[in-house]
Amino acid sequence: MRLVVVGNGMVGQRLIEALAARDTDGRWSVTVLAEEHRRAYDRVRLSAYFEGATAEDLTLAPAGVPSGTDIRLGEPVLAVDRAARVVRTAAGSYPYDALVLATGSFPFVPPAPGRDARGCFVYRTLDDLEALREYANGRSDGIVVGGGLLGLEAANALRLLGLRTSVVEFAPHLMPMQLDPAGGAMLRRRIEELDIAVHTGTGVTAIATDGDRLRVDTAGELALEADLVVFAAGVRPRDDLARTAGLAVAERGGILVDSSLRTNDPAVFAIGECAAVEGRCYGLVAPGYAMADVVVDRLLGGAAAFGGADTSTKLKLLGVDVASFGRTAGALDVVYADPANGLYAKLALTDDAGTLLGGILVGDATAYGALRAAVGGPVPGKLADFLSAGAPDVALPGHAQVCSCNNVTKDAVLAAIGDGCGDVPAVKACTRAGTTCGSCVPLLKSLLAEAGVAQSTALCEHFAYTRQELFDLVRVRGIRTFSALVAGYGTGRGCDICKPTVASILASLGNGHILDGEQAALQDTNDHFLANIQRDGTYSVVPRIPGGEITPERLIVIGEVARDFGLYTKITGGQRIDLLGARVEQLPDIWRRLVAAGFESGHAYGKALRTVKSCVGSTWCRYGVQDSVGLAVALELRYRGLRAPHKIKSAVSGCARECAEARSKDFGIIATEQGWNLYLGGNGGFRPRHADLFLSDVDTDTLVRTVDRFLMYYIRTADRLQRTAAWIEGLDGGLDHLRAVIVDDRLGLCADLDAAMARHVAAHTDEWRDVLEDPVKLRRFVSFVNAPSTPDPSISVGRERGQPVPLRLPAVRR
Amino acid sequence: MTVVWTPVCRFADLLAERGVAALIGDAQVAVFRLHDDRLRAIGNRDPVSGAHVLSRGVVGSRGDRAVVASPMHKQAYDLDTGECLDADARVPVFPIRVRGGVVEVGTA
Ligand SMILES: Cc1cc2nc3c(=O)[nH]c(=O)nc-3n(C[C@H](O)[C@H](O)[C@H](O)COP(=O)(O)OP(=O)(O)OC[C@H]3O[C@@H](n4cnc5c(N)ncnc54)[C@H](O)[C@@H]3O)c2cc1C
Repeated sequence: MRLVVVGNGMVGQRLIEALAARDTDGRWSVTVLAEEHRRAYDRVRLSAYFEGATAEDLTLAPAGVPSGTDIRLGEPVLAVDRAARVVRTAAGSYPYDALVLATGSFPFVPPAPGRDARGCFVYRTLDDLEALREYANGRSDGIVVGGGLLGLEAANALRLLGLRTSVVEFAPHLMPMQLDPAGGAMLRRRIEELDIAVHTGTGVTAIATDGDRLRVDTAGELALEADLVVFAAGVRPRDDLARTAGLAVAERGGILVDSSLRTNDPAVFAIGECAAVEGRCYGLVAPGYAMADVVVDRLLGGAAAFGGADTSTKLKLLGVDVASFGRTAGALDVVYADPANGLYAKLALTDDAGTLLGGILVGDATAYGALRAAVGGPVPGKLADFLSAGAPDVALPGHAQVCSCNNVTKDAVLAAIGDGCGDVPAVKACTRAGTTCGSCVPLLKSLLAEAGVAQSTALCEHFAYTRQELFDLVRVRGIRTFSALVAGYGTGRGCDICKPTVASILASLGNGHILDGEQAALQDTNDHFLANIQRDGTYSVVPRIPGGEITPERLIVIGEVARDFGLYTKITGGQRIDLLGARVEQLPDIWRRLVAAGFESGHAYGKALRTVKSCVGSTWCRYGVQDSVGLAVALELRYRGLRAPHKIKSAVSGCARECAEARSKDFGIIATEQGWNLYLGGNGGFRPRHADLFLSDVDTDTLVRTVDRFLMYYIRTADRLQRTAAWIEGLDGGLDHLRAVIVDDRLGLCADLDAAMARHVAAHTDEWRDVLEDPVKLRRFVSFVNAPSTPDPSISVGRERGQPVPLRLPAVRR
Repeated sequence: MTVVWTPVCRFADLLAERGVAALIGDAQVAVFRLHDDRLRAIGNRDPVSGAHVLSRGVVGSRGDRAVVASPMHKQAYDLDTGECLDADARVPVFPIRVRGGVVEVGTA
């Protein structure tokens, strides 16, 4: 039998997957006709496109088309001939025995004159977002029409595109569908703190083009101007195809279907956002998935019915948690508001306060899972605990829905864990929980933990703590040795993972020279010999050349040292010079010469600041607008020797041409006419990533203060070997969180971070000079303890392009 | 076969949980002092990379075995047996003792 599906959106895709899984004897041959040119993608996560997700990342069909299914992309259905049971496209006709309409919605655009002017956009498809991104390039401000869920997502997108953003909402407060006025007001405060202008209680009446700019008139006094406008004011079901085919539609739009999802023509079904089930449309994906499952059952002869759906939502909008569930007003409403911290919570109860009907949470939605599951029963715990921040410890009942997108209960997740799913990816694959919007992933983690499946965040077998927890332990308890730490909080004698990690923590907290006392035994070989080990067991030597600036005299010294010790020389990517092939016992002699000429350690061997690259800047360059070399030198000297979870790189460019490639650095600085722009979280390497703009046009003091805090916060909270990019991505709230902590001082940490950096700067001494002055440390730089100056006889050197190179060592493996 | 004992350094020269290299004839030996002052000696050559560097690795424990991690690619070697715990490889083990504050390594 032939099934034709119109639309390959989220719900249409779910239908064909579920059918392929259940129709094991191949009763149906399936044709999908799709208007969009791409396979189904995750529209719920559409906005991730502006955070770097690609179309591939968002695809819902990574594994391709189920067998027996024919998908025709870019081929919209133009008409349905119900009498002949045929649908028509521009390319041909497709007969059907059953037809499923899954045409979704179209964005609602208020009927204002000028609404299709150049610069006006909607926010529904990947093509919409691509067009928006392209147009926004080089422009400075934008207006979002609509202050609901979709509008606030669009506002965030504009912000990520670097535009000054305002939001216009027709209702008297934000998110009118989910929130009450007080919750909306709290959300508004939080959003205004992000420099987004919010105008509520007014609608857009007209849009006029003024050169390249748009003027937006509203019903009130307000007239706004911007480069572009995004309409995100809600959606309307796409029922036009059904209407022209003579199918019944609901009063307020939507293809009218019964609980079996059948239209008034029994051969035609409608599912997803285009369907009005018993008159009601659902603008969320979870009800759509439930509808798809019902239709699959019906197609295979079952009797499943759609029983309505939970429209609870929990989201993070512009970094603010917002959740609403059940009924948002009851006979008795209990409200908690904490404007200082941007928290609002409301629980709707029956008049005897005995039954929870629903509620709203703004600012902190940790209690969402427990509360939503409790709707219809008593509040599961002390009321006051739910209303103040955080979630009290309550167990969810087994029937509680953990993943609302895919309707997965706690019992189903526990069953999967019982069947051996040992981590979140396994639970996802097995139950589909967490595969759509992802908001239940934290809950999956805690269920795994409750079930006793260790989600190991342990550093290694010796410590059950994360690096951050160890850092706090060491800092708060004032622990000064590895032995004390492992005796008190670990087991065994450590390893090559935890020892260097603890060594780095001790160094970050300022415990003297890294080779003092017991610390010497913790360092890996690079830190232990203050040089980088090479494949033949020799080391490289990299003197610091701050900002890449060096005098002719010092250049000559480097050349002479290399020549005299037979070293290979190479210019590094960080604007300095690598001297390779030094044997352990040569290192002190080499450094004696370098220190005498005024060089100091470049920390190329450490998880520490490497270099601050620069272009020549305004001193020489006819385009330069600031002294990039001066700043680079100052920054490199300020942060030299700072031990961190991973290496840190930086660069300063003297103008927007960006010759120093600052955006590929952990912190990069680009000069502007007014001062400096600061970019955070870039790196080259295996997964290159551009840094994100963090501050614009700031003066040098502000810049340095912010970098101080950024580095110290990173050092305190990142995982071992986590670069700043991954660290920022992992912060709950990302860059916004970082801004809240190190610019707005929301956690009250800044004074502490500033003091820690001040201590670092004041305590600086050169690691190599210290070694040369300390006979005890110096004694370790020998080839053999019983023949200190006999070179390792196994090292042999050849020549290549006029320089010494190691001869390949015979390795015996297996 | 008789074991020949060669003095290599004073016990006090050794740092707890750190190694040194010693040259005995043609043989390179990595000598370690453990946290409880026991001594161990194994071949200094890292069989995976071919470089003579095991004396420069981080010393610690894996389960209840004392191990050193190669500084090259981090494979762990059991200091009692010379067995590599992360690759199919093995290094020689040498007898070691202290006589009058002096560390001696035995070779055949
Ligand atoms: C930015 C954004 C954020 C969202 N966030 C959430 C969220 O957090 N949680 C949530 O539950 N939901 C969210 N949604 C809503 C969710 O994406 C939709 O509920 C879901 O996509 C509906 O699936 P659907 O298949 O019914 O419609 P769609 O995914 O829109 O698919 C319909 C498809 O049918 C095609 N089509 C239409 N007419 C024809 C025709 N005549 N011939 C052929 N093809 C046709 C369309 O081109 C489209 O590809 C969000 C939506 C957007 C835009």
